[in-house]
Amino acid sequence: MMDEGTELSLTIAQIVQRLKGTNLHSQIERQAKECLHRPEIKLESLKDDVRHFLKASGWEKKLQNAVYRELHVQPPPCHPATPPEHTKEPLAYMRKAQASWEKRILKSLNSMCTELGVPLARKRPAIEQKELTNKWNEMGTDEPDLSRFRPVYAPKDFLEVLISLRNPNHDSSEEASSKSYWGLVQVPLQVRDIPQMREAYSELCLTSGQLGIDDLTHVPPDLFESEHIRIGKKVLSEQDSAAAQQYSRQGCPTGLRADLWSLILNSTNSPEDVLHYNQLKAGVIHHDLLVDKLIYKDVKLTASNDDYYFVFEDYLYQVLLCFSRDTAVLDHFSYNSATPPKSYIQGRVGEEEFAVVYPPNGVIPFHGFSMYVAPLCFLYNEPSKLYAVFREMYVRYFFRLHSISSSASGLSSDPCNTMMRLLVIMLKHEVTGLRSRAGVVTPGLRVARTVRRTAGFPKTDIGGEERLRN
Amino acid sequence: MSVNTVSCTVKPAITLQLGDAKTDTSRPGVYVIDVTLPIGQTVNIQEISFKNYYTACLTLRLLIRGEEGAAKWATCLRNRCLMPSPHTEEGSQDYYSVYRQQMLIEPDNVLAVRLILRQPSSSWLNFSVEEIKIHPCITEDPERDIPDWLSDLTHVDQLSDLQGLPDPQTVSSSIQQMWALTEVMQTNQTTASVGRFDVDGCYDINLLSFT
Repeated sequence: MMDEGTELSLTIAQIVQRLKGTNLHSQIERQAKECLHRPEIKLESLKDDVRHFLKASGWEKKLQNAVYRELHVQPPPCHPATPPEHTKEPLAYMRKAQASWEKRILKSLNSMCTELGVPLARKRPAIEQKELTNKWNEMGTDEPDLSRFRPVYAPKDFLEVLISLRNPNHDSSEEASSKSYWGLVQVPLQVRDIPQMREAYSELCLTSGQLGIDDLTHVPPDLFESEHIRIGKKVLSEQDSAAAQQYSRQGCPTGLRADLWSLILNSTNSPEDVLHYNQLKAGVIHHDLLVDKLIYKDVKLTASNDDYYFVFEDYLYQVLLCFSRDTAVLDHFSYNSATPPKSYIQGRVGEEEFAVVYPPNGVIPFHGFSMYVAPLCFLYNEPSKLYAVFREMYVRYFFRLHSISSSASGLSSDPCNTMMRLLVIMLKHEVTGLRSRAGVVTPGLRVARTVRRTAGFPKTDIGGEERLRN
Repeated sequence: MSVNTVSCTVKPAITLQLGDAKTDTSRPGVYVIDVTLPIGQTVNIQEISFKNYYTACLTLRLLIRGEEGAAKWATCLRNRCLMPSPHTEEGSQDYYSVYRQQMLIEPDNVLAVRLILRQPSSSWLNFSVEEIKIHPCITEDPERDIPDWLSDLTHVDQLSDLQGLPDPQTVSSSIQQMWALTEVMQTNQTTASVGRFDVDGCYDINLLSFT
């Protein structure tokens, strides 16, 4: 491996390259030029004076937050000979499984198009564009006939793929499997043990306060809650992403949660962001995509309006339809094991100048996709802001929930196997007894349903199911 | 990582295990791979790079030609860990390099390289290293002669009497700084994409393409 100095230089060079040409870069440039008029900027100490000005005016903090954001998504430094597909996913059998899964999805989408005689994308006629513009804020009132359309896949289909993942170099003989994995995911990925988890989640220890536990009605607020809220307000006034992330480990007060999350994600709602959102909206108006029907159907089936629990159905359309048109999302495929689907316009197959990505953001929505957006609707009431936060959440975290990856943050290791490990350690004796007497016990971790809890009706089932096979 | 590699022969891996290899049911935990250079050739090694395949740790030995032609084996890397946990996937298929500076001895006049691979975990059916490459030291170019006129320009004259004017060195250094800043700002190309997904306003697609 490279030495630390080389690794750091490479990381810095990559971050500088990423930030060049961004909105923040042009703003800082403009500020640096304008500050030259100021009396405190001297020629002989030009560089230091400009730096000092940028620090005092808060621009250095904004730059720090942007660098912190890039560090979150940048893949770890790797050997110079590493090919790009290895950076996305280092294990060959996982790459193969992901490619095979993607092929299934593409075939399914293609066959639906062919059966229904519907194109994947078309330009909307002018009348239709006008209609859609008029009803943009109330798309939920529309009740189109979507009975012919079916979701491309559901979370249980993906779960079956994860369960069937096997390393061809792994010993799966009977003797080996008796010592092997207790959970559904049979891949030998590194999972933190209890001491490591204690260290990683030290803020969850009994001596540390937590909102949701130490702010209940019967607990005096002076013990923890008041002070924690005061610190939260201070963190927000400092506008420091890293500090906000650290703060949130002990819980976010309800009134500060929206601002804290957007600070942690470095998600802004500047005029440029609003402009970008409106451009995406124009993309929705001008072109009709098949995935729009999939989104409509998904929202209607999973997160449509309910008088008591969820009244934000319109927001879901306003976010998800725009999300499908956002080519900025394509950046995340450099660290996602998935690959965006490709097509050719006007039937010009094989001609690269007519090659396009479909949908424009490279993400085909599946049954339950709207669940990713639904919880955020409770926090943000402005569509462009809601959109910006959702997009950042997706390219940092949510994409891992539906791609096959060996990443430590990926679905195959955390949280599936982490949960399993904890369960096994806690229930060791009981599980051993059951296993030996009754054959295979499948605790049935329903990973995808953990997302459903936040937008569906409140239910008490945690998703644990035990099946004893005789 | 240098691109130059020397041509070498990677011999098939030999197992090291106790007992009779044919009747023993357990898989070997140690493999030895020899990499030899063409006869008579030696190399001063800058770097050895390879791709791992489930090897947990690696020891490297070099056959070095000493004085009077006598060759001797010496260990240059001892138990370098490639997989933090031998039972789990981390590091199992990653690319690695061992650099000259990391070696215990000077890797000069090397005739052959021996890789000793260890995998204590019985979880894996096989383990090895692939794409082994030996990168030689690059010889430095001899210094080029500087033309006389260029060496004249670099000679700094000392001005004896500035007559109240600022020091030319300070002025020129400040002007250089400002020039450099403006150059940097002018030449910065934007890497942000425009955001359009259509081709000349058209985005009519019938079917997806997959290879």
